[in-house]
Amino acid sequence: MSQFLQQMINGLSLGSIYALIALGYTMVYGIIKLINFAHGDIYMLGAYVAFITTTYFGFSFFPAMIASMVVCGILGVIIERIAYKPLRHATRIAALITAIGVSYVLEYTTQYVMGSEVKTYPTLLSSATFTLGPVTVSMQQIYIFAITIFLMIALQLIIKKTKMGRAMRAVSVDEDAAKLMGINVDTTISFTFLLGSSLAGVAGILVGIYYNSIDPLMGMVPGLKAFIAAVFGGIGSVPGAMIGGLFIGIAETMVVAYGSSLYRDAIVYLILILILIIKPDGLLGKNQREKV
Amino acid sequence: MAMLEVKDLHVHYGVIEALKGIDLEVNEGEIVSLIGANGAGKTTMLQSISGIKKKTSGDIVFMGESIFKKNPKAIVMQGLTQVPEGRRIFTGLSVYENLLMGAFLRKDKKGIQEDLEKVYKQFPILKERVDQDASTLSGGEQQMLAMGRALMAKPKLLLLDEPSMGLAPILVKEIFSIIQEINQQGTTVLLVEQNAKMALSIAHRAYVMETGKVVLSGTGEELAASPDIQKAYLGG
Ligand SMILES: Nc1ncnc2c1ncn2[C@@H]1O[C@H](COP(=O)(O)OP(=O)(O)O)[C@@H](O)[C@H]1O
Ligand SMILES: [Mg+2]
Repeated sequence: MSQFLQQMINGLSLGSIYALIALGYTMVYGIIKLINFAHGDIYMLGAYVAFITTTYFGFSFFPAMIASMVVCGILGVIIERIAYKPLRHATRIAALITAIGVSYVLEYTTQYVMGSEVKTYPTLLSSATFTLGPVTVSMQQIYIFAITIFLMIALQLIIKKTKMGRAMRAVSVDEDAAKLMGINVDTTISFTFLLGSSLAGVAGILVGIYYNSIDPLMGMVPGLKAFIAAVFGGIGSVPGAMIGGLFIGIAETMVVAYGSSLYRDAIVYLILILILIIKPDGLLGKNQREKV
Repeated sequence: MAMLEVKDLHVHYGVIEALKGIDLEVNEGEIVSLIGANGAGKTTMLQSISGIKKKTSGDIVFMGESIFKKNPKAIVMQGLTQVPEGRRIFTGLSVYENLLMGAFLRKDKKGIQEDLEKVYKQFPILKERVDQDASTLSGGEQQMLAMGRALMAKPKLLLLDEPSMGLAPILVKEIFSIIQEINQQGTTVLLVEQNAKMALSIAHRAYVMETGKVVLSGTGEELAASPDIQKAYLGG
């Protein structure tokens, strides 16, 4: 039992990181129906930005996190403007291929600038641990979980309570009707990329702290897993991405603890296959019912 | 001078010409109906005026200013709002949130609150369902929501695209009497309809469109009495 609880805690930390990335996939899909395959690389860049600001500029954790958010957020907006906007009314496959191209550009540019070797992350958070009865919780895990919860609440408030959040939801339901309300669709889409990419930036610094090492291709596998988390939760659904991320993180951790670390990736793909067979809309996916 | 003037408007979908040189005017205070069979180009006309559809040539002048090249946002800001064909309400948003979307460009919090109250008075059913997801409304309620949403923009000119579509006769009557009420409260109306009889009965003036052209125009009574119209649109 105590091992189970311990693994739950480990799984929640990993899952938090997946959830932060999954949110970006799901929001972008919700609004422009694009699977942004470069999103995992934005997360990788978030890790690098924090690596640079802490190692070379002496930033502490929170300023470094803010810097990652800002840089990734802006980068996400620029990528959308340059690469995706011209293709907004093109076929979906054209946009998808472009996203894969953007992903390569980000990965290889990072390799060129920063080198392809693995870099060791500086210690940004206390490595203290607490023993609570049968389980051990590290300070890092508390930070990861608390920051994720905080950001998720903030995101929900933005989406549910602000004018821009309402505009995002309106555009994702009906772009032309939104235009008829006077909503600037381009601005709204940029804002969505800004939100999603800055969350990925946070995930980047958190994973750097969690695993202690980063490399230019680190976005590929977690990016894919976070995407699967978004599909699991129901792509386009924000609460779905949160639940999906946590679920995938816990599933992966449990498989490693009770099975073998050989299966850590396999289990995630198995979940994808099962969800596609059993409930392709995902856990909280919208069932497409329309009234006349 | 007319409030809205459409001059020799040409609009294409690819190589197909959907509007073949339309001239049309709406004067302040009027209800102008635009009737015509399915595919005549009525929706294309309204989408062109609202800036959703790209135009080929001609001009559209609203309150003395050309809006031919303006984007939808600028057009709404100038006081021209549309209730689109098929309602197009925002599902997943509550009735209240849908109404707020209509006031998206407004900053006057007090005025928005007052207009909300007005909309609730005009459509009491919306007040009852204010926190419900808009997708749970019936067709008639959705039409009322779409109209209330448009009114939240405080338009000077309201475009309505087939508001009676798919509604039971009793609801059609109600919707048309609300349109008259809205007009009497000072909003000018350009009404697109396939229900020619109702549309002509409340119109000060009307235009008849066929395959991208205006083929007839006159006062509502004149057109309702015209033998051609009776034969083609009124089942007479
Ligand atoms: N998105 C579109 N692409 C191509 N053709 C269109 C499109 N929308 C409308 N049309 C064509 O333009 C003409 C006018 O359509 P529309 O304006 O919808 O007519 P109405 O509203 O009077 O029924 C029709 O021939 C229709 O087939
Ligand atoms: Mg039509």
